[in-house]
Amino acid sequence: MQIHQYDTVIVGAGGAGMRAAIESTQRSRTAVLTKLYPTRSHTGAAQGGMCAALANVEEDNWEWHTFDTVKGGDYLVDQDAAEIMCKEAIDAVLDLEKMGLPFSRTDQGRIDQRRFGGHSRNHGEAPVRRSCYAADRTGHMILQTLFQNCVKHGVEFFNEFYVLDLLINEGKTAGVVAYELATGEIHVFQAKAVVFASGGTGKMFKVTSNAHTLTGDGQAVALRRGLPLEDMEFFQFHPTGIWRMGILLTEGARGEGGILRNKDGERFMERYAPVMKDLASRDVCSRAIYSEIRAGRGCGPDGDHVYLDLTHLPPEQLDAKLPDITEFARTYLGIEPYTDPIPIQPTAHYAMGGIPTNVEGEVLSNNTDIVPGLYAAGEVACVSVHGANRLGTNSLLDINVFGRRAGIAAAEYAEKNDFVELPANPGALVEAMVEGLRESTGTESVAQIRKELQESMDTNVSVYRTGKTLQQAVEDVTALKERFKNVSIQDKGSRYNTDLLEAIELGNLLDLAEVLVVSALAREESRGGHYREDFPTRDDVKFMQHTMAYREVAEDGSTSIRLDYKPVVQTRYQPMERKY
Amino acid sequence: MSTPTVETHSAALDAAEAGSVQLISVTFRIRRFNPEEHPDPVWVDYQLEMDPKERVLDALNKIKWEQDGTLTYRRSCAHGICGSDAMRINGRNRLACKTLIKDVNPEKPITIEAIKGLAVLKDLIVDMDPFFQAYKDVMPFLITSGNEPTRERLQSQADRERFDDTTKCILCAACTSSCPVFWNDGQYFGPAAIVNAHRFIFDSRDEGAEQRLEVLNDREGVWRCRTTFNCSEACPRGIEVTKAIQEVKRALVTRRF
Repeated sequence: MQIHQYDTVIVGAGGAGMRAAIESTQRSRTAVLTKLYPTRSHTGAAQGGMCAALANVEEDNWEWHTFDTVKGGDYLVDQDAAEIMCKEAIDAVLDLEKMGLPFSRTDQGRIDQRRFGGHSRNHGEAPVRRSCYAADRTGHMILQTLFQNCVKHGVEFFNEFYVLDLLINEGKTAGVVAYELATGEIHVFQAKAVVFASGGTGKMFKVTSNAHTLTGDGQAVALRRGLPLEDMEFFQFHPTGIWRMGILLTEGARGEGGILRNKDGERFMERYAPVMKDLASRDVCSRAIYSEIRAGRGCGPDGDHVYLDLTHLPPEQLDAKLPDITEFARTYLGIEPYTDPIPIQPTAHYAMGGIPTNVEGEVLSNNTDIVPGLYAAGEVACVSVHGANRLGTNSLLDINVFGRRAGIAAAEYAEKNDFVELPANPGALVEAMVEGLRESTGTESVAQIRKELQESMDTNVSVYRTGKTLQQAVEDVTALKERFKNVSIQDKGSRYNTDLLEAIELGNLLDLAEVLVVSALAREESRGGHYREDFPTRDDVKFMQHTMAYREVAEDGSTSIRLDYKPVVQTRYQPMERKY
Repeated sequence: MSTPTVETHSAALDAAEAGSVQLISVTFRIRRFNPEEHPDPVWVDYQLEMDPKERVLDALNKIKWEQDGTLTYRRSCAHGICGSDAMRINGRNRLACKTLIKDVNPEKPITIEAIKGLAVLKDLIVDMDPFFQAYKDVMPFLITSGNEPTRERLQSQADRERFDDTTKCILCAACTSSCPVFWNDGQYFGPAAIVNAHRFIFDSRDEGAEQRLEVLNDREGVWRCRTTFNCSEACPRGIEVTKAIQEVKRALVTRRF
């Protein structure tokens, strides 16, 4: 076991982690620990843009953006946080441009902007051009630009280091423990400040836009260490994933004029969202798609998908604005989007919930107290700026605004505070976890349990949920967790043991799926991405509050999920009925 | 008002929507290497039943998940964006997640091995550090002088278009590890580093072109390129890599960019 000492340790090298690292490296001795090489993160898969009220092409202001964010989140958004995000969005975009990001440009050479779902002028009047973009590669450009600036600032990366534990001593952050994939060695990183920026949890679903690596590692570590997870029942299903594969096709496609059609060729969104139509928020579009499929208006031999139609757009526009997604359709479906509509279905996309933080990125240990020295930003965190449903582009915004804030706050904390003593045997939990899996002679397979988890989640915890399906999911996850104790792996080696890695990742997914389904079962209302057919309306009296889920360990070692609730911060906007 | 437009189905769309699939039997011949167990690499055959429209990465996953958990490779996004899974498939560098089985002649065994020119650490995993070092050496970040503007820097659409092709790079190393010069001389910067230098040299906002050109004027720089076009063929993002290298060479001669 090796022990390292850094002022600030950042866990994860996607958009949020690298944005934080650029700040903290200039202020404190920083190490970035990442399971993947930095440019492999899923920020790179984001396509359509990053909204900010630059007003480069038409009138706009950050207050409209704030309203859209709050309404998009079905009023579960903490409005103070949303206001900060939408105000700072403008500088966040300009900062990226100054760092070198090659945005698409207007005729005047300014950053170009396009329409996006749920973003409107003057509180819902009509769609507005707010999304700053680089073709349909905005996430790729952000990730590359941030990595380029990490190189410029000499950020120190520990690549393929998988963080498996958080060390807290007497309530304060002491460091993290990581497993080095290349060697199998365990490393303790003593740190004054730790920033979790390790991404989402989408791999608990079968049809997902998420990478294989998005297994909720940071959330699971926090949960194991007794920290709460906020609003985990809110998971976004993006309306346009490639049918069965789940590969994302940007909402920017509809921003450029793309239309959703059913088997009759009907532009069905006109019935569900008369004003915003195909640019209604994602939860609304995804429900509409499944309503069409259930009503027998789905496409294909089994009627199980609808079309994203781009055939009326000029090929030059597709080539210039949507080159990647049209190539995906050609590569993976063998169709030509100039002339063929693209078969799509909703795809599990984004966790609105996560590790609760305040607007400085400080992690909460309950409704009011923080854990000194611990920060989180990006999809792993819940500030909460996305509430019950995230607006398109606001995740790229979130990682830049709150990644930056967390990086600055962590480094400043590290400057003012001393190291906290490491607890006795700091690597013990990780050693036990790794050795337990390596030496297990159990009969269960990782792949089989993961498959059953994903199938149950897709069947029971998708766009439409009921008490019955959620109860089924609780039973399934409980049974799978029990079977996971009897799992074994074939690779017993210490060099690049990805068999072991996948087993640990599955353990994380199971823990988080349990939190998700228990939280969802208790929320007897419909709000944003959480739709209960048995409780189809929003209930602001009982549920205008954030779920806070804790893992409780009983004396016999068994665990359960305890739920608590936290008030929503409301400033400017009173809850209204949500129409698009 | 709805105007139905989706009336006629092309054969391609019908094929894409076909519910049932005809599985085919495929042999994957993979070059395995684990120095913890044996000092030499060994070719191992795996038999699978696959939908020919699935990805080579799907086949690797199927092997790992159902037959042999020790098979080791990098992967993440699974749709050609993250750059993790470049490998030699039937002797050609490709991303496993962007290569469909039907496109690599599944009637014969499909060979899979690690990319060349970088040390193999285990199975399909190579040491990427020398690759990223070459990238860092070309100063892959915007270099400017003077005060920053209060708003964005302006850039015309034509100026933005000038370097668009090289912004697509995902650092997968498919180009560099397909280059015969790089195979023989690991000191050569390699195509990917030059592509990333190009991305800044031809960016109208950048002022660091001279510095980068000096780096690439080195004995191990652009002049080593023999224009074999392997790199352009290997690039999964369709970047015209050889053309970019030629443009950097020309910029070195003319000092115009």
